[in-house]
Amino acid sequence: MIELKNVSKWYGEFRVLDDCSMRIAKGEVVVICGPSGSGKSTLIKCMNGLEPFTRGEVTIDGISVGAPDTQLPRLRARIGMVFQNFELFPHMSAAANINLAQLKVLGRDRATAQAKTDELLARMGLADHATKFPAQLSGGQQQRVAIARALAMDPIAMLFDEPTSALDPEMITEVLDVMVGLADEGMTMAVVTHEMGFARKVAHRVVFMDEGAIIEDASTAAFFGTPRSERAQQFLSKILQH
Amino acid sequence: MGGGFDFAVLIRNAPFLWGGMVLTLQLTALAVTGGLALGLVLAVLRLSRIPFAPALVAGYVNFLRSMPLILAIFWFYTLIPKLTGQSVSSFYSVLIAFILFEAAYYSEIIRAGISSVRRGQIAAALALGLSNAQAMRYVVLPQAIRNMIPVLLTQSIVMLQDTSLVYVVGLRDFLTTADIVAGRDSRPVELYMFVALTFLVVCFSASRLVNRLRRRYAL
Ligand SMILES: Nc1ncnc2c1ncn2[C@@H]1O[C@H](COP(=O)(O)OP(=O)(O)OP(=O)(O)O)[C@@H](O)[C@H]1O
Ligand SMILES: [Mg+2]
Repeated sequence: MIELKNVSKWYGEFRVLDDCSMRIAKGEVVVICGPSGSGKSTLIKCMNGLEPFTRGEVTIDGISVGAPDTQLPRLRARIGMVFQNFELFPHMSAAANINLAQLKVLGRDRATAQAKTDELLARMGLADHATKFPAQLSGGQQQRVAIARALAMDPIAMLFDEPTSALDPEMITEVLDVMVGLADEGMTMAVVTHEMGFARKVAHRVVFMDEGAIIEDASTAAFFGTPRSERAQQFLSKILQH
Repeated sequence: MGGGFDFAVLIRNAPFLWGGMVLTLQLTALAVTGGLALGLVLAVLRLSRIPFAPALVAGYVNFLRSMPLILAIFWFYTLIPKLTGQSVSSFYSVLIAFILFEAAYYSEIIRAGISSVRRGQIAAALALGLSNAQAMRYVVLPQAIRNMIPVLLTQSIVMLQDTSLVYVVGLRDFLTTADIVAGRDSRPVELYMFVALTFLVVCFSASRLVNRLRRRYAL
């Protein structure tokens, strides 16, 4: 479904992505982890063309992300993305956030969009918060609205970039629960996260990055059993201590 | 001459003064609208990656901002008939000067407003499949406008006050009509007090109106 072939990216002299290749099959959940600055965000943003890359190829369902004739907006509309800082639109209510792209991108009529929005808000346990603005919601609630906003487009895959790392500890679970639910339903997911509990529970594979390169790409059991690379071992022992 | 105040002078000259007021308000409204529209286009061009566009806009903005407004007014007054070969009313030549002049200032305010919106907001909009233009229209501009309203208001009030410069091409704006009456009826104190008070009321109501609008769009 999502395939990266030898993707490299430079910022001037600095190599952010170093020959990265990986595949995410339909229905697969892949967790991407690695130290800060290792290029995780850059990698995941290459998957929907938010971040241009210098070399290599990214394809979604066989469509090349980097090709000049690709309709990027149309492609992105089919891939949900959730950000570390939620990025809800602050001038719109929760419902309006979820409605916007349904109306403007998918061209749904208002009633259809609103029905979808209501259904998703209910599923996120946020039915009572539809008319609230982002600033009136807790971090966990905001992130669930952001997930609903992405799901409203009926995406074929979901990308998550550290969806819980801006949250207070007591709110992390409510967001992870939603993500576990999605994974259980068979959603194709790429998740940048340091929540190793989540990775153990739902990930099929774990990808470990360091200094822009994919150092390790292993099944979850293999990764937590005996990661082959020393750096992944160090990273894991550091993270699991906390 | 006579001592004391004679505010009846205002009533006697009400139609004449009102005519000046209408010109001032018309000119301000049209120049603010035109200046904002052109300023928005300039700001977007300046932030774009269209070849040469940012540099050209920057040149335009810097050129006009280095020019005194009164020079721009003179300039267009003499330039437009020469360029078009037709005589243009002083009102329109002044209006064009104001629009081109104000657009330079507005474009900088709008550019700062757009830049003040977090980059992540654009990423989120694009990730949903919105086009660049849609992201601008539905996500960036509403937030940018809210951030820049106070400065835009200040600039527009300056613009309102600057309309009094049109006397140099023979137009009679509010201040000019008041000035004429003051001289003719020898009542400068009354007239200038009236002008000051009127400007105060207009500016005060404008900022009240803007605050109302802002609250409607605010959180
Ligand atoms: N616009 C840019 N110009 C230059 N360098 C950049 C730019 N954006 C990111 N970088 C660098 O690229 C590297 C990878 O950044 P990226 O955000 O992908 O890392 P990350 O793994 O997501 O880190 P974190 O865990 O902190 O989110 C970092 O060293 C960062 O400093
Ligand atoms: Mg990151």
